[in-house]
Amino acid sequence: MGRALIVVPAWNEAESLPSVLSELRDLVPDIDVLVVDDGSTDGTAEVVRRHGTADVASLPFNVGVGGAMRVGFLYAERNGYDAVVQVDADGQHDPADVRRLLAEVERGVDIVIGARFAGVGSYRVGGSRRLAMRFLAFSLSRIASTNLTDVTSGFRANSPRSVRLFARDYPPEYLGDTIESLVLASRAGLSIGQVPVELRERRAGRPSQSVAKSLVYLGRAVLVLWLAVLHARPSEVEQ
Amino acid sequence: MSTTLVGVVAGLGVLAFTVELLRRRALREKYAVLWLVLALAGVLFTVFPALLFDLSSALGFQVPANLVFAIAALVLLIVGMQLSVEVGHLEDRSQRLAEEVALLHHDLERLLAERDAPQPHASQPHAPEPDDGDDRPTD
Repeated sequence: MGRALIVVPAWNEAESLPSVLSELRDLVPDIDVLVVDDGSTDGTAEVVRRHGTADVASLPFNVGVGGAMRVGFLYAERNGYDAVVQVDADGQHDPADVRRLLAEVERGVDIVIGARFAGVGSYRVGGSRRLAMRFLAFSLSRIASTNLTDVTSGFRANSPRSVRLFARDYPPEYLGDTIESLVLASRAGLSIGQVPVELRERRAGRPSQSVAKSLVYLGRAVLVLWLAVLHARPSEVEQ
Repeated sequence: MSTTLVGVVAGLGVLAFTVELLRRRALREKYAVLWLVLALAGVLFTVFPALLFDLSSALGFQVPANLVFAIAALVLLIVGMQLSVEVGHLEDRSQRLAEEVALLHHDLERLLAERDAPQPHASQPHAPEPDDGDDRPTD
């Protein structure tokens, strides 16, 4: 496997990005970083430029994580990168794990998920949300015929085959970057695996959690999952 | 007689409005055809109500008005769905355009930075682009 690219989708993350970028520079200095500024209004792109260790591509308006990742995959394909690692901008993901994910890609896994709840770390979520995530993990494990414990993680490494597929076709809708893309990938014959990772405290901002929100989340997730399975898509990736 | 008048005026009004929108290029032909046909049908039925009565009894409607309502509901349903599909296409396209804009903007910035940078490495034919940063470790 050749060059890898780290893609950081960022929406109003000016506060947390500098430390994330510094860590990436220190821990994985040999891997290029592209921050996709997803229509931020807090000067995220400017912060990245000033930091000077990463390239930045600014979307003209907010399109969500899926849309931002599409920019990353397109960029990777057009600039000759082989693998793409998605890392969150809020500092939850430990850059030291990037190599562990890539090592798994090297071993032939097409999508490697940095999974919480996989035995490592102390990440916990509330009861209802946890139930929803369990259900999704169970369903997707069946679809991908492998054991996945965390399918909504935004920490992922993609093999050259995945990059080729996703540069062409990556669902930009809500939850498309997590659930639907996994269905799409396994339909296309790509292999999916996971590496347990520890999740760190968010550098800035709070995750939202309430029972009502969890229910809405679950409802939307089930709908996305169902539609993803129904979708008729061309799904061959040329070798 | 007055109902006929109302019907004719309404039908002609829709017709005139559609034509005006077309003339101003505010409406595309593919959407206009439907409204033109409906307006014409409305005028036709109000001027010759016998047509409507014959058609509704032929189709088994006991009250001719129900045929009108049924057709209206169906047409609106189809138009609504068609517009949803069109909006989806438009979203796909604007999404792709936004992505292309982001990438082009990125490339443009890089080119401008390269152009404006003092050129100590200009002697090297294929120098790696000066990666817009200062504190990047030289690789």
